[in-house]
Amino acid sequence: MAAIRTKPDHHTYTFPGFGSEKFPNLLLRGAGDLNNWHLPVYEQQHEGYVAMRKALQMEPVAVTDEVKASGLRGRGGAGFPAGLKWSFMPKDTPERKLTRYLVCNGDEGEPGTFKDRVILEYNPHQLIEGMIIGGWAMQCAMGYVYIRGEFLWLIEKLEAAIQQARDAGYLGKNILGTGWDYDILVYRGAGAYICGEETALLNSLEGRRGEPRVKPPFPAAKGAFGQPTTVNNVETLAAVPPIMRMGGAEYAKIGSPKNSGTRIFGVSGHVKRPGIYELPMGTPMNFLVEELAGGSSTGRKIKAIIPGGASCPMLDEKDFDVPMDFDNLKARGSMGGSGGLIVMDESVCIVQATLRLIRFYAHESCGQCTPCREGCNWMQLILHRIEHGQGRMEDLDLLASLTPRIGMRTLCPLGDAACGPMDSALQKFRHEFEHHIIHKTCYAQGSKLLSSVGAH
Amino acid sequence: MNHPHSPETSNEPLAPGQRLPESERKAFSPEALAEIHAIMAQYPDKLAATLPALYIAQREFGFVSLAAMKAVAAAIGIPEGHVFGVATFYTMYQKAPVGKFHFQVCTNISCALRGAAQLLEKVCERTGVKPGQGPSPDGLWSVEEVECLAGCGVAPCVQVNQDVYDELVNEDKLVEVMEACKRGEYRPWGY
Repeated sequence: MAAIRTKPDHHTYTFPGFGSEKFPNLLLRGAGDLNNWHLPVYEQQHEGYVAMRKALQMEPVAVTDEVKASGLRGRGGAGFPAGLKWSFMPKDTPERKLTRYLVCNGDEGEPGTFKDRVILEYNPHQLIEGMIIGGWAMQCAMGYVYIRGEFLWLIEKLEAAIQQARDAGYLGKNILGTGWDYDILVYRGAGAYICGEETALLNSLEGRRGEPRVKPPFPAAKGAFGQPTTVNNVETLAAVPPIMRMGGAEYAKIGSPKNSGTRIFGVSGHVKRPGIYELPMGTPMNFLVEELAGGSSTGRKIKAIIPGGASCPMLDEKDFDVPMDFDNLKARGSMGGSGGLIVMDESVCIVQATLRLIRFYAHESCGQCTPCREGCNWMQLILHRIEHGQGRMEDLDLLASLTPRIGMRTLCPLGDAACGPMDSALQKFRHEFEHHIIHKTCYAQGSKLLSSVGAH
Repeated sequence: MNHPHSPETSNEPLAPGQRLPESERKAFSPEALAEIHAIMAQYPDKLAATLPALYIAQREFGFVSLAAMKAVAAAIGIPEGHVFGVATFYTMYQKAPVGKFHFQVCTNISCALRGAAQLLEKVCERTGVKPGQGPSPDGLWSVEEVECLAGCGVAPCVQVNQDVYDELVNEDKLVEVMEACKRGEYRPWGY
C-alpha cells in the first residue's frame, strides 16, 4: 500500500469560539492535524470508541431510540430523520433470519460540497465508530462504505484506519464479547455523480451501471445484493458517536427546533476564508459568510449565494439572513441540501453560472429517464445560445416551461436538482438573461466562468 | 437551431460510429487475476468485482480497451456486454490512452469562480495538449476537464492521475507541479 498522504489543505477549519458551548465541536475534532486519523490519537484525545462501548451494552432497539430522540436528520441532502430510517429495517423473526447491510454514502460529488472529505481525512475513526453503532442498532452483517473514486488517498487512509479498528477488536468476529460479527468494506466508485443517489449507489456497489432503481421496493426492503439495507451519509454516521456519548435528548438541544445538532458547512467561492465550518443548525447565513468566512474576497458586493450545494435554488440579497436549517431554507424557497455554500459576487454573470451548472447536470444525467436526459440537454443548448448572443426572448419562456416538465417526473431527484438553479436564476435574475438577449453580452461585464478550450 | 458551436463534447467516450482504440496487451498477468479473484470472494455476488477489476485492468493495460473489458469479463465470469456497459458508464475509466501525468481540471462553479477556466487554458498551454485529445507527443501529459472534485475550498482544484489534489492558484504553482511530475514525485499513471 502506498504511503498515507501527509499534505495539508489550505482552507479554514476553525474560528474563534469554536469548541465552546455555543459552537460545539462534534464532527471536526482534530481537523487540520494530519496525524489525527490514528486510532490511539482518536481514543486518547477525542473520547474515541467510548460511544461504541456504551452502545454495545444497550439493546439494539434502545440505540435506535436514542438516535430517534436526538432528532438527527440525514445530512446527505434530503434531511430525512436518521433514527426513523433505521427503524424501517425489518427485524429477525423466529422463522426467518435476515442478512442486513449498512451502507455509508461517501460519493461526495455535489458542486460546492467538501464536508465528507474532511471527515475522511481527519476523523475516519469517528465514521467507523458511527458505522459500528449503526450496524449494532440494526444488527447488520456487513457495512459498506462507498467512496467516490477520486478520493483514492482517502480510501487508502480509511482502509488503514479500519485495519487499526480490526486489530483493536472493534471489527470482526464476536466484537467485544457481544457475539456479534461485523466488518466494514470500502468500495471505490468510478466517477459518477448519480451514484450519490442511494439506489444508484446500491447498483454501483453491486458492480452495475449506476442507474437509480424504481422505488418501491425501498432499500430497507430490498437493497444491496437483494438484502435489507440502510444508506446513510458520511456526516450522518459520524454524528452518531457524539449522540451516544451525550445522549439523544442532550443532542436535540443543539440547533433549532426539529433541526437538531451541528452541521458542517463548506463555504467556497468569493469569500476571504473559504473552508469548513461546523455550526449548530439554524445559524444565520450572513453570520457564516460575513463574520466567519470574512465576507467578499474581491471587495465587491455579494450578489447570490447557493446555500446547500449546486442543486439548491440560489438566494439573493434579501434572503442572506436565513437561518440555515432544513425547514427555514425550505420556507425561503431553497433547500438545506448538503451544506455547501457557493458565494458569488457582483462580477459573476448569472447566465454563465447557470449554464455551467446545467452543463453539469446534462453531463451527469444517467440517461435512464427521458425528461432529465433530454430536458437537461435542451436547457444546456438554450442557455448556450443565450450566452453566445443568439438568444431570443421566447427562450426565457421556453426555459421556464421546461423545468416543470423535468422536476418530479424522474426516478431520482437529479432532474429536480437541475431545475433548482434554473428556476431560481430565472426568477431572481431575469434582467441578466434579458440583458444577454438584447445586448448580446453579459450584464456583469468581464465574467469569465467558461473556458475557451475544451468542449465548450 | 442556430448554435455558434455545438456544445456536444468531442471527447465523449463513444460517439456513434467511433471505435475504441486497442491496447497492446490482451490478457491479465497472473498476479492481477489473483487480485481479482480475491476481490470476488469478498462480496456476496461476484458481479460486485466489476468496478474494482476495471481499475486493475486500467492499471495493467494502461487504459480500458476492448481487450481489457473482455479480460475482465473472462476473469469474473460475467457477460462481456455487462462489463462494456459499466466501463462506458463511469468517467474514471479511460477508454483511450492518456499521458503519464493526466491532469484533471475541475471547471465547475466553485472552481470557475476562482479562475478554473483560465487555469485550464494555462494547463493546456503549458502541456501543449487540448482536453480529451490524448497524450502529448512525448507521452508525458494529457488534460481532461472534469466535474466537481470536492476540493471547492481550495479551488481551483486539479487532480493529477489518481491520487493527487492540488491547489494550483497560480501559474508558478502549476509549473512547480509539472516539474515535480518530471522528477517522479507523483505516482505516474497506472502506478
